[in-house]
Amino acid sequence: MSYKHLLRIENLHKSFGSNEVLKGISFNLDRGETKVIVGPSGTGKSTILNHINMLVPPDEGHIYLEDIDVTTTADIHKVRQEIGFVFQDFGLFNHLTAKGNVMVGLIRVKKMDKKEAEELAMFELKRVGLTEFANSYPAQLSGGQKQRVGIARALAMQPKLILFDEPTSALDPELTGEVLTVMRNLADDGMTMLIVTHEMGFARTVADEMIFMEFGEIVEQGSPDKLFNDPVEKRTKEFLFKLTELYGEVDL
Amino acid sequence: MEGALVTVRLSIVGILLGFILGLPLAFGQVYGNRLIRGFVSAYERIVRSIPLLVILFLISYGLPRMGIRFPVFVAAVLALGLRSAAYQSQIYKGAIQSVSGCQMRAALSMGMNKVTAFFYVILPQAVRIAIPPIGNETAILLKDTSVVYAIGMSELLRQGFYIFTNNGEATLILLTVAIIYYILTMTINSLLSLFEKKYRIPGIGIEGGTNEL
Repeated sequence: MSYKHLLRIENLHKSFGSNEVLKGISFNLDRGETKVIVGPSGTGKSTILNHINMLVPPDEGHIYLEDIDVTTTADIHKVRQEIGFVFQDFGLFNHLTAKGNVMVGLIRVKKMDKKEAEELAMFELKRVGLTEFANSYPAQLSGGQKQRVGIARALAMQPKLILFDEPTSALDPELTGEVLTVMRNLADDGMTMLIVTHEMGFARTVADEMIFMEFGEIVEQGSPDKLFNDPVEKRTKEFLFKLTELYGEVDL
Repeated sequence: MEGALVTVRLSIVGILLGFILGLPLAFGQVYGNRLIRGFVSAYERIVRSIPLLVILFLISYGLPRMGIRFPVFVAAVLALGLRSAAYQSQIYKGAIQSVSGCQMRAALSMGMNKVTAFFYVILPQAVRIAIPPIGNETAILLKDTSVVYAIGMSELLRQGFYIFTNNGEATLILLTVAIIYYILTMTINSLLSLFEKKYRIPGIGIEGGTNEL
């Protein structure tokens, strides 16, 4: 195969006005891998995810999904179907039930018939533990439940990988656990995931590899063990220590 | 009373024309480039600052001078519709913008194109938000149809005039006319609030707030 990695990111640059957010980011993501990006706010972590889905195009650099260059492809809508996206603020469609949220993409984008879409939607909702909330509307769900609908919606499209943009940041602390458990199960099922999060306990136990970013650059990457116990860079150590203090090291 | 029928017909066609023109205007103002946005807001500003009667006279007496002539009913509907379009586009613009941008991003991230996302995600919610102000606009338009009396259309008010110039019972006739307007407006309002209830999204109150669980 000419493409060894599922996703290759090469030399991404992005500026918003005079603010240079990304200063040449490159890394790879392999099939079945769970990679976690950590770093202080405003270092461009979310921007990378937005680039991968071309919701925001980068100024420079390339992103390859297998052999397709995402940044120049003629059919970005097709590529986006292969890349799931779970948002910090859920992005649920408020006029549709949980089931409807999962189904709408299957029907309108994948042109599935209604019955088939419904079966798949129910399967994915079961996977995130929301079978009995299938007919609830977003406004009737808790934050954790909303985010699990968001995950089910991404899963149903059967993407090659899923991007998570701080999926638990908008949740009350007692609700983050249910979302992280779902994500942990996905990792165990072999889903390829790229996650931006501040949940250090989760990162430490679930990530195959971690990337620590600061000021638009990758400072250090490696296994969580290495980053937590034996970081090369002093900045990595300070940041991880600070966050672990802040959020605790809750293991699930 | 056939005058009431004319009034109803004028209102329906006027509102529909306002809708047909107003929705694309709103679409252009939210998603269009600077040129389109500039055009739409100029249109809105101009139309909203001219009295309906002046618009009506421009269309029925001004345009014929330039060789453009419409039947009376068409002229009346044009005036009402063009003006309503300006107001309706403002309503739709607000409604579209109040559906959060994150939902648009989510729709795009699933591989929907902008048009699909607009029709299946944004519009169904925007329409619900727009129902109460559109009800208002319809009621205003219905009452404003009375000005087409000035270009000689036989709508509700003028018919009333015919009758009382014949029998002299001005107060009684005008009161009857007022009551008919009242009934028509109330009918519209109750129809729309039925709609509003039917399509209410569970968990979201009419004021748009969220009922926390």
